[in-house]
Formats: sequence, C-alpha cells, structure tokens
Amino acid sequence: MANNNSQNHHEYWRANLKLMAILLVIWFVISYLCGIVFVDALNSIRIGGYKLGFWFAQQGSMYGFVVLIFIYAKLMKKLDQKHNLHD
Amino acid sequence: MDLQTLTFLVVGATFALYIGIAFWAKAGSTSDFYIAGGGVHPVANGMATAADWMSAASFISMAGLIAFFGYGGSVFLMGWTGGYVLLAMLLAPYLRKHGKFTVPEFIGDRYYSRTARAVAVVCLIVASVTYVIGQMKGVGVAFSRFLETSYEFGLVVGMGIVFVYAVVGGMKGITYTQIAQYCVLICAYTIPAIFISLNLTGNPFPQLGLGSTLSGTDTYLLDRLDQVVTELGFAEYTTSARLSTLNTFVYTLSLMIGTAGLPHVIIRFFTVPKVSDARTSAGWALVFITILYTTAPAVAAMARLNLHQTIEPQPGQYLEYEKRPSWFKKWETTGLLVFEDKNNDGFINYSADKTTNEMVTVDRDIMVLANPEIARLPNWVIALVAAGGLAAALSTAAGLLLAIASAISHDLIKGMINPGIGEKQELMASRISMAGAILLAGYLGFNPPDFAAGTVALAFGLAASSIFPVLMMGIFSKRVNKEGAIAGMVAGISITLLYVFQHTGIMFIESTSYLGSMKPNWFFGIEPNAFGAVGALVNFAVAFGVSMATQEPPEEIKELVEHIRVPAGASQAQNH
Repeated sequence: MANNNSQNHHEYWRANLKLMAILLVIWFVISYLCGIVFVDALNSIRIGGYKLGFWFAQQGSMYGFVVLIFIYAKLMKKLDQKHNLHD
Repeated sequence: MDLQTLTFLVVGATFALYIGIAFWAKAGSTSDFYIAGGGVHPVANGMATAADWMSAASFISMAGLIAFFGYGGSVFLMGWTGGYVLLAMLLAPYLRKHGKFTVPEFIGDRYYSRTARAVAVVCLIVASVTYVIGQMKGVGVAFSRFLETSYEFGLVVGMGIVFVYAVVGGMKGITYTQIAQYCVLICAYTIPAIFISLNLTGNPFPQLGLGSTLSGTDTYLLDRLDQVVTELGFAEYTTSARLSTLNTFVYTLSLMIGTAGLPHVIIRFFTVPKVSDARTSAGWALVFITILYTTAPAVAAMARLNLHQTIEPQPGQYLEYEKRPSWFKKWETTGLLVFEDKNNDGFINYSADKTTNEMVTVDRDIMVLANPEIARLPNWVIALVAAGGLAAALSTAAGLLLAIASAISHDLIKGMINPGIGEKQELMASRISMAGAILLAGYLGFNPPDFAAGTVALAFGLAASSIFPVLMMGIFSKRVNKEGAIAGMVAGISITLLYVFQHTGIMFIESTSYLGSMKPNWFFGIEPNAFGAVGALVNFAVAFGVSMATQEPPEEIKELVEHIRVPAGASQAQNH
C-alpha cells in the first residue's frame, strides 16, 4: 500500500511537471520571444493599428498570462481528482 | 460645489468606509491576524491581491513611464504581470499546502534551520521596508497634490487610517479594506480612460481604442502618434527601446521573479481555504491587475498624443503660451509642467532638442493626474482619481506592513526569542509589531532617505535574488539542504547589493560609488535595476554547489517535500 501510494505521488508529480513545462514554454514565447527578442520582425505584421510585436509587449502577453493560469488551475484540479489527491 | 470640497468629500467617504470595515472585521485570533482565518474566497482574495500589489507607482507613475518610453515601457507591463504565472505554478499552491503563517516560517521548516529562518527574516524586512518607504511618500504626495494640504499632514492622516484598520483587523481587516480599495482605484483609473478613448477613437474600450483609427479619419492612433513624436525629434513611439535587447530581457525577468518572491504578495495566498483555491486565486488576481495594466498603455499613448496635439495643433505651428488651456496652468503651479520661452516668441516650442525645447519639465506623473482635465471630465471624476491614488498607496502599504509585523511577531518573537508565549500574548505582540512598523514607515516617510527614489526597483531585485530561489528549490528539489539555502540567500542578496551600490553609492550616497575604472552597466550592459535575475542565478548556483558538497537533508525533510507537493491533507496541516 505504501508503495502504491508513493508510486501514485510520483506519477502525479511527473504529470504536474510536464504540464508546467508546457505552459511555461508558452509563457516564455508570448513574452520574451514575441515581446522582446523577435519584436522587430513581428512588427512588420499588423493587426488593426497595432504592430504585432508591440501588441504582444503591451497587451497580448498579459492576456496570455491570465489564460495560462486558468488552464493550469483547471487541469491541475482534474489531475488532483484523477490521483485522488485533492483537498 | 468647488473641486477641493468635492475631493475632500469623496476621499473622506472612502476613508470612512475603510474604518467601518476595520471594526466589522476585527481580528480575534492569531490566525485572523496573520491569514484572515484562512477562509477568504479565491475571487475576493484575487481582488485583495490586486490592490495589495498595485502601488502608488502602478497607479500614478506607470502610464507616464510608458508614455515617455513608448515600447521601452513594456518591461514594466510584462514584468509586473508575468510573475503571477510563476507564482501560480511554482510557489503559491505548495506554500499554501504547508499551511503556516509566514514566508520565513516555511524556509525555517524546509531547511530545518533557525539560521535560515533568521536570514529569510532579514531579507524580507530589507525588501519590504525599502518598498514601504515609496508607499508612504505616495500617500503624502497624493494628499498634497489633490487636496493641497502639506505633505506632512497627508502622511499623518494616511498613517492614522492604516493604523486603525491594520492594528485592529490584521490580515482580516486588511483583506476587506483592500477589496474596497480595489473597487475605488479601478473605477478611478478606467473611467477617465474610457472617456479619453471615446473622445479620440469613438471606441469605449481603451484596449481596443489604442489599436483603432482616430475619430473621423483613416489614420490609426499609433501611426499618428509615431508621426507626431518623430517630427519633434523624439524616438518612434512603438519601437523605441531602452538600452539593449539583453537588458530588456533580463529586466523583465527580474521584475517577474521579484514579483513572485515578494512576501507581502505570497502571504495573501495563505488566506484561501484550499490548495486548488490558491491556483485559481492567482488567476483572479491577475485578471484584476490586467484590467488596469492593459488600460495603462492606452492611457499612456492617448495622453501623450493629447499633450503633443495641444502644444502643436498643426505641424510646425505651436500653441501660443497665452492661449494655453486651464489644466496646463493648474499643473504649472505645481511645478510638474514648466515652460521657459527661450526664443521669446510667445509660442511653446516643444522638441527633443534640449537647446531649443521650451517645455523644460514635463513630469511623467502628469499623464495620469491631468488626464480627467484634459478629457474635460466633470469634477467628481477628478475627486475620484484622488481617492484612487490614495487607495493604491494605502492598500500596498498595509500589505507590506503586515508582512513586516508578522515576521517580527511570529518569526522573531514566537519562533526564536520566546517560543513559550500563548495565543493571546502573540496576538498582542503582533498588534504592537504592527504599530511599531507603522511608526517606522511614517518616520521614513517624514525623513525619506536619499535613496527613496530607487527603493521600489531595489525591493524587486532583493526579493528576486534572495527569497524566490530558496522557495522554489525548497519545493522542487529534495537535495538542497540548509547549508546550500543559507549560502544561496546570502550570495544572491550580496551580489545584487554590491552591483547596485557600485553604481549608485553605498546606501545610495552618491559620493561613495566605487565604480572605479569600470563603465556603468559593465556586466553585459545590464543596468542595476535589472540585476535581480543575475542575483537569482547566483543564488541557485551557489545553493546547488554547496548542497552537493555537504550532507543530504534528513529523511523527514524529504517527506515534508513529498507532503507539500500534493494538495491532499491540507486542512489538517493548517492546525499547527
């Protein structure tokens, strides 16, 4: 039983780390890559009056951050249930 | 009714509300005082966190920074929001699971060391006290600008209000006043923004207005702004970067991990009932913050455009000084706008060229402060902006003071000096610590040290380089031990302080800067304010190196780490 338990914890933690890694890659792309590193290249594309790189830096990255947190909260709640580790 | 009376009424009404909440939410136990009893709804906590987080600097100064830096101001937008993603994933749920009252307490438990806890208390107090000085100044300045009282009078009134609700209510009182303060500040920020956006673009949403065409034309607002500023010799608004790309990158990272490592923000997540609530609550906090943070760039661009178009209505045709609008005159008397007719032609020549520019001072705070007048909004909106600025400063000051007071009463007095004291004595000790912290902050507000201007940026660097790394390693590594954590914190905070002081002088006393023959920003062109991320990297590296060279943590610590990684069993953990 104890073994099963620690196996379950281990799998839960692995799944958490994987989800986190994916979401943090997106976090990095929408802010550091789109908003800073490749900002000039993206600025050649326009949406309405916004240059795209500028939009990511001053609007888009922040909307993305909000969405990322809610996705994480939602999927983690599912994961908690699946491994019967919810509080 | 004249503006001043109206402002007094609006500000007085909000203050009465805060005091009313204080008596309604009186703290009856240490749990009430430190974590509001642990029963705050995640959405309510999100709102309180947003007010806790958004300071006088966010409310008054940020839009102005963006207005003058253009794209370069994005550092603050991304840096001060992206940290919540880190907080939600890397720290908040696990620290909530641990279920204690303070950040140093977690560090002491995880690294099985009173020394580690004491070092964390020092880092916390250094970071929070530097931050609170800026807030106390903000309260005094807001009073003197809007209510035309003296700075000192404003400071005393502000201290008195915080004293009532923080000492009586502790975290419980602070939480509910912060919710009220959020409502006040967000209305005060968005109402003028909506009207200005409607005025310029016909779109009521400033976030969309910023990407729209100007009313009655086919020209996009941002294109027009780029054109107007470049004609006067300023850098193009949408592309003007500050310093190098690397510096922008590192600065943003420093602000993000500094945000995630600031104790007064972290402890807000101890107040929600469950681990899963800590995750969603971080999301709600960011929703409420993002409402202001996505409005700010619109306010920035629109205010800058309004300013330029007022001064130079047609290309090459400047405004006659005698015909300047009334808001211009009003802000001239405060010294935030200063005109000097260098060529004596009676017109306001505004340009990037310092020798011919006649707008010798355009204080960046004017962008938010004068906004309602520029948009010709009624007086009650101006009064509301005053109440909003005060709400932003007071809410952040209260959160910081609670972090300081709980570190003193819970970590130092209960944790180290006198562990035998009971619940009642500890509650009394926490109230006295809070009163002491308010007096100290007030003293520093009256006698702002020379380095006051640099303090907010420094607080982020310190939190990033000392607190964030040890918290993260404490959760994600079972191998990092007490020797590693202590060495890491000391190395991280020292190297950051050394780099900052090397540029600005020891404790910001300029004559003692010891740059020697080295150029400013000598480390890959990174400015001192952006150095926190480098300090954090040093912290991680030193902690790992030292841990590997010393003994593994004991078995029960590894079990503790296992325990905090899963949400199950959180309610038991809370009764400690």
